[in-house]
Amino acid sequence: MNEVLRATGLAKTFTLHARGGAQLPVFAGVDLAIAPGECVALTGRSGSGKSSLLRCLYGNYAPTAGDVRVHHEGKWVSISTAPPREVIDVRRRTVGYVSQFLRVIPRVAAIDIVADPLRRVGAGAEEARELAGLWLKRLNLPEHLWPLPPATFSGGEQQRVNIAHGLIARAPVLLLDEPTASLDAANRQVVIQLIREARERGAAIVGIFHDEEVRDAVATRRYDIQAHVARQGKPS
Amino acid sequence: MSAPVLLRAAGVGKQFVRGGRAHWACRGIDFDLCAGEVLAIVGESGSGKTTLLNLLAGRLTCDQGAVHYDVRSEDGWHGGGLTDIASLSEARLRWLARTDWGFVEQQARTGLRMNVSAGANIGERLMALGARHYGKLRTEALHWMQRVELDAARVDDLPGTYSGGMQQRLQIARNLVTQPRLVFMDEPTTGLDVSVQARLLDLLRELVDELQLAAVIVTHDLAVARLLAHRVLVMKDGEVVEQGLTDRVFDDPQHPYTQLLVSSVLMP
Repeated sequence: MNEVLRATGLAKTFTLHARGGAQLPVFAGVDLAIAPGECVALTGRSGSGKSSLLRCLYGNYAPTAGDVRVHHEGKWVSISTAPPREVIDVRRRTVGYVSQFLRVIPRVAAIDIVADPLRRVGAGAEEARELAGLWLKRLNLPEHLWPLPPATFSGGEQQRVNIAHGLIARAPVLLLDEPTASLDAANRQVVIQLIREARERGAAIVGIFHDEEVRDAVATRRYDIQAHVARQGKPS
Repeated sequence: MSAPVLLRAAGVGKQFVRGGRAHWACRGIDFDLCAGEVLAIVGESGSGKTTLLNLLAGRLTCDQGAVHYDVRSEDGWHGGGLTDIASLSEARLRWLARTDWGFVEQQARTGLRMNVSAGANIGERLMALGARHYGKLRTEALHWMQRVELDAARVDDLPGTYSGGMQQRLQIARNLVTQPRLVFMDEPTTGLDVSVQARLLDLLRELVDELQLAAVIVTHDLAVARLLAHRVLVMKDGEVVEQGLTDRVFDDPQHPYTQLLVSSVLMP
């Protein structure tokens, strides 16, 4: 299998220094390899560490043990240990991420937030905006909202901006953290369709999908993190 | 991804004598900054971050280690490779500071010349480089007024007639007019109203991005660092306790002090 994302022996334990150095084990012994066209659904109880795993895959969290490697521009890069500018380049060109919540930048219009990832890979301002408009239209975000900063948007509207922002650059690897959590049925269908299209163009996808219907519609296999949950004082 | 190293801090430190006792304001600081990279130095007051900034910008001399910079030749075209800035003559360092570097002061009044017009403030660096053509200087001044969202009709007004936020934007224009590759900023948004801060931050974010500027930003405001910086250095008692990718340091801090710093931020 020609994987593009590999996690090996991955473990995460938080050390809380304000609590006298208390150890909070999350998961351990995670081995995961994902090939283009696959969509792996992370499953497990709430609090079992699915989001933490996804954040480790994105390089947002530092794993306590193990390594995450991404096939980036023809070579393997360890996102866990690469210098910041390299991680930023991997995120710009290879790994897209849809977080649960949009981090709003003051004063920046929704359409420009969506266009930004394209600008960063070299698209012209006009072209990027035009494509951003197509994505927002597809996600049924009313056009009068496009020029506004999303700070005042509803949860569902923000999430759609976030999805468009995460998918627009057609990154080879996509990490999706509950992309449909606050969407209505119609928009959930749109997102299902978008994820399928991404898979068909060969994206390797790892996602957290609480909604069974969404999961069944997009996932090609499941990875149960429950089996890798680290126990207090007894890391596996 | 092999961007050239622009600035290198190699074991940099500065000692002060306070009450008859020697005391390190900062020590043992090591990092490389590449072209186009934005680095934030965070930490509470007294942690040594402003001293470090002044060492990097050649405003203070190192008592330990050295600061190296990729000094360009005078015609601006040939990279000279990394050079210890302590080895530069005073004139050469001054030339560097007013061409290839910018320095945005916390107090705009410190960084501006208050007795000459906004336009003259913007033109000053160009004149120091030999520009004399009035029309060209004027065009450049108007261009930069617009670039930092200042009303071009006020180009002949004294900076003292500007609001705090406008003065700060004028100071930025004054610095960027020579197209520096590296800009130092000392708490650029502190002391401004929150709404003015947001506008300035957004402008800085845009400029840094578009002009591919490298920057070293000292701030105690983690939100500023998160918005602008690719990387952060966390300082405590003159030493770097943690450094790395901005979102990783803030979302998954490892050092006790960084954890304290991040958890102390009030969310609106």
